[in-house]
Amino acid sequence: MRSDWMRECAMETDNHTVSSNSGAIALGPVGRIPPGEGRCFKIGARQAAVFRQRDGAVFALQARCPHQGGPLADGLIGAGAVVCPLHGRRFRLSDGAGVDNELAARSYPVEVRGATIFIRGLEQP
Amino acid sequence: MMAENMINGGKEKLVVIGTGMAAGRAVEEITNRAPGRFEIAMYGAEPHTIYNRILLSEVLAGTKSPESVFLYSTQWFERRGVTLASGARVEAIDRAQKTIALEGGGQASYNKLIIATGSLPMVPPIENINTPGVFVFRTINDCQLIAAYARRCRRAAVVGGGLLGIEAARGLLEHGLEITVVEVMPYPMAQQLDPESGAMLARRLESIGLKFLFEKATQRVLGSGRVRGLRFKDDTAIDTDMVVISCGIRPNVRLAVDAGLAVERGIVCDDRLLTSDPDIYSVGECVEHRGRTYGLVAPLFEQARVLADHITGANPEAAYGGSRISTRLKVMGVDLVSVGDAREGPGAVVTRYAEPHRGVYKKLVVRGGKLAGAILLGEVDCAAAVIAAYENDAAAPPRHADLLFGAGGGADTADALPMEAAVCTCHQVSKRVVVERIAAGCKLPQLCAETRAGTGCGGCRPQLEALIAKYGGAGRDPAADYYVKSVPLAKPELIAEIRRRGLRSVSAVIRELGGGLDDPASKPGLASLLRTVWRDRYEDERDARFINDRVHANIQNDGTFSVVPRIYGGVTSPGQLRRIAEVAEKYGVRMVKITGGQRIDLLGVKREDLPAVWRDLGMPSGHAYTKALRTCKTCVGQEFCRYGVGDSTALGIAIERRFQGVETPHKMKLAVSGCARNCAESTVKDVGVVAVPGGWQIHVGGAAGLRVRAADLLATVSTQEEALTIIGRFIQYYRENARYAERSPAFVERIGIQRLRALLIEDCEGQAQRLDREIQAEIENYRDPWTEGRQPHDPMQFRGEVQA
Repeated sequence: MRSDWMRECAMETDNHTVSSNSGAIALGPVGRIPPGEGRCFKIGARQAAVFRQRDGAVFALQARCPHQGGPLADGLIGAGAVVCPLHGRRFRLSDGAGVDNELAARSYPVEVRGATIFIRGLEQP
Repeated sequence: MMAENMINGGKEKLVVIGTGMAAGRAVEEITNRAPGRFEIAMYGAEPHTIYNRILLSEVLAGTKSPESVFLYSTQWFERRGVTLASGARVEAIDRAQKTIALEGGGQASYNKLIIATGSLPMVPPIENINTPGVFVFRTINDCQLIAAYARRCRRAAVVGGGLLGIEAARGLLEHGLEITVVEVMPYPMAQQLDPESGAMLARRLESIGLKFLFEKATQRVLGSGRVRGLRFKDDTAIDTDMVVISCGIRPNVRLAVDAGLAVERGIVCDDRLLTSDPDIYSVGECVEHRGRTYGLVAPLFEQARVLADHITGANPEAAYGGSRISTRLKVMGVDLVSVGDAREGPGAVVTRYAEPHRGVYKKLVVRGGKLAGAILLGEVDCAAAVIAAYENDAAAPPRHADLLFGAGGGADTADALPMEAAVCTCHQVSKRVVVERIAAGCKLPQLCAETRAGTGCGGCRPQLEALIAKYGGAGRDPAADYYVKSVPLAKPELIAEIRRRGLRSVSAVIRELGGGLDDPASKPGLASLLRTVWRDRYEDERDARFINDRVHANIQNDGTFSVVPRIYGGVTSPGQLRRIAEVAEKYGVRMVKITGGQRIDLLGVKREDLPAVWRDLGMPSGHAYTKALRTCKTCVGQEFCRYGVGDSTALGIAIERRFQGVETPHKMKLAVSGCARNCAESTVKDVGVVAVPGGWQIHVGGAAGLRVRAADLLATVSTQEEALTIIGRFIQYYRENARYAERSPAFVERIGIQRLRALLIEDCEGQAQRLDREIQAEIENYRDPWTEGRQPHDPMQFRGEVQA
């Protein structure tokens, strides 16, 4: 699974634009996200909240909180979860599952190659 | 009659007249001993279920709802097969027919009857007493009437300076009234205190805001149509808008008298609580036993137990021998313990200890080698030992002072109590019972529910907590004291460890003290603490901050931000207004809103636009997004207002300039009012200043949010400079000692205003100078966070959305 994904990434021709017919997208340098924070990335009409833990691990969830649409990328992260800044709902970074709540955020496979972040599976809105 | 009994499966009918605490307790004790034995019906004149009358002053104050003082749930009555008829006044007892008649018709038959009619307010003969605006203070209904009427009043007089009168005054103070307590004796609470301690208590209560008129007998209520004043027998008079009569109680014996039972001052009962009719018992404040009546819960509960033992046959030998009275009270924040009879006189050996500057007074009276009475005022750490010595009728120690200070010189606590002594004197719960339940794993709420300890006056809860701490072992949840959830240390220990290990960043604290668990909810609290501890040497990790503190603006429900520039003291200028208007148009601000804190809020600003908005405004941050000093609201004051006695705008601006940006455990809202009319609403602010002739009053711990709380008076000072010093000292003490996100009302209540005055004004621990230095250093370290608009902390700081 993982090696397939790497191969797809290797097919990228331009780090900063949409590429690859499987939908893997380069989001740019990982330095765009300060350590321990998240940022909302927009790719055309599509968007995702991408997080970079202090240990270097990177995760991506749907941009808007499933509760009331809060900007998840602006949430505090820690203990493997993000806390929505509007009403404090928590979601696991690895799979978007709600922590102490019944909601769930979509998660997207994301990887850093070199110093570039790649995301897959973003649907057209 | 007999036929009816048969229909009910032969169950005996027990009718209880009264739904007070004694009636409730008697029924509880009876159904504990013999569940299902009686068919029980309770009749009460009051429209409520049984409630805790001890807490009425809190209902009057509005700090407790009537429902929150109810003692038993509907299910409780159902489960025990008890019918409760509220609002059903019993008119008469027919002993021959064994029936009771209800007001407005209806009757019920009984096999056994319990009269628990309690007491009525004692109303002295005062002329014109039926004038509207005169109240008694006895029931929930009285509280509601008083509170509703108080809304239209500025001044209230309380007639009676005993325990009940002080309680009523305490409740009324919360309504913002000027209270005058009128007392016949030369000092308050003459039943419990002696002249010296009485004078001391009066001074303490005066400093909180009560006025006293002593040695005044009320002759006449002035005013027609509504109360205008009171005239006294010495021909002096006062103006007042309402009057609360609280001169004590008298047993409510009318039904018993009409029924031909033996009645003296109360309904005469023997040691089994039987009246002169062998089928009629009595319990509570209406009872006279061996020539004495009682008005406190502990004796009534003792009576209820004996009555239950006897009526159910559980223990026919049970006998009530009278009660030894000790009370433990908190009178407007002042602790008071009164034990037995502390009057002096022939044969009394008196030991007295006084520290008037702290309001502490202790007195022991020993008669015949045994403790006969005691007064403890202001400091009651030895109360457990004193009460135990009295109730056990034990020989006093050779050195009487050992009772006050412990033989070893150490402070006495529940620890020193013998196992059989009562920890909870209201419900007579022994230390042994409490310790057994703690050992079985009970924490405080469960302990109180199971043993009833702490559910009367609540005064023994500190002792219960101390016993839980000692005997609870793993039973107690230590996390309750942690500063933040993920680091298992209370604030003082956490600060000490941070200093000792030189931990300057949130991730360092989490790694070294938190076992590496980076709980996101704990990070902002740690960041706040580290900034307070290290100031400019703090290693600032921005990801530990809440989004508002990363971008210095307040996030809104659509992900945009609000911008509130600082407008010192709410005083702005045409130039500022013009710039604000231009910015609002240029950046498409969706709403321009005047805030409650006398500033202007620009709502709907995009994260990317924040630096340009700040640059164009050219005004500093108003910190409307963070846990820090927010704003200082002012009224116009002396400069223009014809009533102003102080320059409130000048002081407000000075406060805001001095303390702007000082981070605090939670947000702080301040205000300065130029006169007692208090137009800036200073008394519901975290810190509120009110100008008085010749100076300023500084109030702390007020709130008008989810909860409304009037601030406590910390100090009255004469100059602006002194006001700034005291405010700074309070803010620094709050910074160092409050839990994260603990707002000032909770903090002030937790520490206590007396203690805060002692620490910050009297400087009892010599901390004042250090606190002043610390806050000064913090002020000098101030930097407007909006300067980061020009020099971002990192290039991505104001980038909310990133184009891939």
